[in-house]
Amino acid sequence: MSLLKVTSPHASGQSRVSAVMRDVLVATLPGILVLTGYFGPGTLVNIIFGGLIAVACEYAIVALRGRDPKVAVADLSVLVTSTLLCIALPPYAPWWLIVIGVLTAVLLGKQVFGGLGYNPFNPAMVGYVVLLISFPVQMSAWASPRGLAEVPGLTDTFRHVFASTTIDAVTAATPLDLLRQNTGLLFKDLLTGSPELTGWGGIGWFETNLAFLLGGVWLLYRRVFTWHAPIAMLAALAVCALMGYDGGSSQSGGSALFHLFSGATMFAAFFIITDPVSSAVSNKGRLVFGALIGVLIYLIRTLGNYPDAVAFAVLILNFCAPFIDHYTQPKVYGTGGRES
Amino acid sequence: MSSTSYRQLTLNGLWKNNPALVQLLGLCPLLAVTASTVNALGLAAATLFVLVVSNTSVSLIRSLVSDTIRLPVFVMIIAAAVTVTELLMQAYSYELYQILGIFLPLITTNCIILGRADAFARKNALPAALYDGFIMGVGFGAVLVLLGAIRELLGTGALFADMQLLFGAGAESWRWQVFNVDYPFLVAILPPGAFLVTGCLIALKNQVDTSLERRAKAQAEAPVAGSKRVRVTGTVS
Repeated sequence: MSLLKVTSPHASGQSRVSAVMRDVLVATLPGILVLTGYFGPGTLVNIIFGGLIAVACEYAIVALRGRDPKVAVADLSVLVTSTLLCIALPPYAPWWLIVIGVLTAVLLGKQVFGGLGYNPFNPAMVGYVVLLISFPVQMSAWASPRGLAEVPGLTDTFRHVFASTTIDAVTAATPLDLLRQNTGLLFKDLLTGSPELTGWGGIGWFETNLAFLLGGVWLLYRRVFTWHAPIAMLAALAVCALMGYDGGSSQSGGSALFHLFSGATMFAAFFIITDPVSSAVSNKGRLVFGALIGVLIYLIRTLGNYPDAVAFAVLILNFCAPFIDHYTQPKVYGTGGRES
Repeated sequence: MSSTSYRQLTLNGLWKNNPALVQLLGLCPLLAVTASTVNALGLAAATLFVLVVSNTSVSLIRSLVSDTIRLPVFVMIIAAAVTVTELLMQAYSYELYQILGIFLPLITTNCIILGRADAFARKNALPAALYDGFIMGVGFGAVLVLLGAIRELLGTGALFADMQLLFGAGAESWRWQVFNVDYPFLVAILPPGAFLVTGCLIALKNQVDTSLERRAKAQAEAPVAGSKRVRVTGTVS
């Protein structure tokens, strides 16, 4: 018998954790499809393999902690973590890279702090950064897009991933790599010299970003998150890129459009920094949070040692989120206001 | 000093009040030089030596130094001990001296040493102070070496590499390749790895403590078969 007294209004929301997580998973589909279309089945294999490892790991560790593992797995949060991480991993990454990344994300990023809702950092980005600083060679081996090289089939993919045959022949520098490594060339010369680069971000990359943008807009429509953080991040990145762009000299960092539609920009804006647990809480706080991430992404991309910067920028701002919350706490209605 | 208090000192230094895992003192060298076993061992030995010398000297002069100027005096003693250690390492293991670099002179500012001098040695007689310095040094060194070994193993797949830096040419063959790694797990050797492994060690220690406590509690509360319950008739089955 329930002793709980429930009064009207009986509005029911669909804001269950599993429903939100399911929406996020659905929204990644267009991006995954485009990635698969341009770079072959590598990303798909990453996601499926990583998902299996993640669910097994979550199940085991939650059982070890004396909680109900079925509940923890059923909220789909671990699948979201592993899917986001595996999208960020290079296609055809060796299996051990995926295992280490997923285990780090689930154990170190999430369960160490007490599971879903307690993690101060975005678990997927924790896994990504540990991999990036541990195995820089494997992490920067991104596949060539379709049209410039033969995209491996499914059997080849399995051979690459699980038998660790080398895939040097089909790896290529990403547009951001090219920009990072060629500081002596004018952007225009770089453009004519490298077929994978376009003014819009690069073959495959522009389309991928567009697909993630589509998924993100759908999530906005579903009210999974508010517009504040993504828009602030994109705007800040665009403004920084505009200020740093001088028409394409060797020192400039690419146009605003280039920055918005290459690398992990859209993926980060709509899927990474919108993590409700590790981001700032209030709307104003999310504006600050997103904008600072945008600025950091631009700074690290153009001045840092790494070609892309999303993971580092997000982790640094995760550190700052409580601080931002402290200064952007909304006033309780009816209190404060004008000095009287 | 009675024998029980020596047992107490041992327990404190090695486990209950371990400088590295419980007091969290001297974290700077703990995190900075434990990328390999040999580095950790070198710094552990140096710290142990300095701790023993400083505790001994502080205990000897404890009645001569007034409270107001005690800290500068202690630091002078520690700095002297550190200088001796530095010169010794320059003479006998120069390469290791170069690897440890700034962290050797920095032993002077290691909180454990000043902490033990101020908290223990200045209030206790020579034998106890000496023993306390020794056992605290061993406790700190044990964690240092364990951390170094774990990080070296994770990062390179080997143990006891480059031991010749400390033990002479004969120790070159001590290197033990536990498993082969094609690509080193760099994060274990880089500074973040030190934080991660230290955190795991602290968690492990706390876990052991809690389970020991729980077991002791269960044992204390366990009813003895055949004993009578208080104010209840009948016997416990």
